[in-house]
Amino acid sequence: MDTVTETLLLVLVVVTALAFDFTNGFHDTGNAMATSIATRALKPKTAVALSAVLNMVGAFLSLAVAATIAKGLVDANVITLEVILAGLVGGITWNLITWLLGLPSSSSHALIGGVVGSVLAAVGTSGVLWTGVIAKVLLPALFAPVVAIGVASVGTWAVARLTRGVPEGTSTRAFRWGQVGSASLVSLAHGTNDAQKSMGIILLALIAAGAVPADSGVPFWVILACASFMALGTYLGGWRIIRTLGKGLVEIDTRQGMAAETSSAAVILMSGLFGYSLSTTHVATGSILGSGVGMPGATVRWGLAGRMLAAWGLTLPAAGIVGAACYGLQHLIGGAAGTVVVFGVLVATSAAIWVASRRKPVDANNVNDEWDGDQVAAGTLPETASDDATAARPVQASGPVTVSVPSGGAPGVPGTHGAASTARRRRRQRAGV
Amino acid sequence: MPFIELDSLLKVVVAGLVLGAGLPALFALGVRLAAGRTVPVGVEADGARLTTDGAIVRVERPTRWRRAGAVLCFAVVVLAVAAGITFVASGGH
Repeated sequence: MDTVTETLLLVLVVVTALAFDFTNGFHDTGNAMATSIATRALKPKTAVALSAVLNMVGAFLSLAVAATIAKGLVDANVITLEVILAGLVGGITWNLITWLLGLPSSSSHALIGGVVGSVLAAVGTSGVLWTGVIAKVLLPALFAPVVAIGVASVGTWAVARLTRGVPEGTSTRAFRWGQVGSASLVSLAHGTNDAQKSMGIILLALIAAGAVPADSGVPFWVILACASFMALGTYLGGWRIIRTLGKGLVEIDTRQGMAAETSSAAVILMSGLFGYSLSTTHVATGSILGSGVGMPGATVRWGLAGRMLAAWGLTLPAAGIVGAACYGLQHLIGGAAGTVVVFGVLVATSAAIWVASRRKPVDANNVNDEWDGDQVAAGTLPETASDDATAARPVQASGPVTVSVPSGGAPGVPGTHGAASTARRRRRQRAGV
Repeated sequence: MPFIELDSLLKVVVAGLVLGAGLPALFALGVRLAAGRTVPVGVEADGARLTTDGAIVRVERPTRWRRAGAVLCFAVVVLAVAAGITFVASGGH
């Protein structure tokens, strides 16, 4: 490959990695801040700004991990710039599709799926370390929500039991503080963890292209760029996902929010400490579900939770198919043209998804509207939502955006206020206090 | 490599439970103590307030011991959070 092509490829990989970093930021804002926004402990804009700052701080705080994300999952010798680019495109595409549908899903799994897919396309099954994929990616994805549901439900139950008889105003005020504190910890941990994944990828690309020596540390501009893009993504806020997490799964009060976020922070940090890496998204979602399980009288929308689990199951294969397709396309056209075409496909796909999202925009103003999901979901996304409820698998004919999702996978459209008045609200009206 | 690293997973579960459920519980206990003793009253009574579980109560000022207990609870929670931040900063994960 000549120098110009090589340089162009490197630049495109760095830009794509930063784009992934950006989607990672806005995809995961909800993990930390959805509950604080739903309980109005923080104003939506304040919450995302706080989370952005803490993500930025977190990214600078520690550089211990900045290793390759694909370590132990794919054969390190087959990683080329083309493989990385195709993998990133797979990850970004899946992140954007799930965002459009308002479904939280793990950004790291999307990236791993994309890279595994492009490695499969590049060298076949021999390039993938399947034991690693099962032990480090697939099984933890099953355990993470279970552990989080358990911890959060025990915590929520204990909190509810202990605060029985405490005046509601006092409880709400106190737990708002607890909620903001615990959510901040989750944001910080996220910044430390996830920004480093993108740093690792860019470093890997720089080494692969010979721009820096193989034993080089992460250059400062890479740290700065990754921290900034993640913070920007976080600040723009994945409102669709925030809405699903904060309003869709469980009607949450400040006590539940605090218990859920503390559970998330504890499980994420402990999984890091004991070397059993769990996805932030899976843990955070599980914790929110757990806060509904543990709260006496609360209802959990298990149908929505089920659709979410289906999306998690699809993450690896779907991102993998896109990654493989992109690698194939790149290889078919070859050289600089192939790389540019793949990048162009990514830009076009992203633009199309963004346009689709504008039909039913979710932003800081309607993120907290009454959840009325199941009635309107089918009409939200006519192109992607299929009527076949069993279509929870990727469509065989695979283009980047033709991944089918279970019907009703979309979040409820805000603006349609249901008559969902909670028992407590009625009681309060009766009591006149 | 075994498919399930049971040992690590178990540690995560236990530590997660102790911190992830214990700290909120401790915080709740602090809130409970700081709020003062509550006495069930009728809706019309002076200072009647609605509790989190829907009862109507009047709140008495917390005693010195209750307040000390509350401060202790909150202090432990704050220390745990500080330890958590230190852990993140030291690159523990």
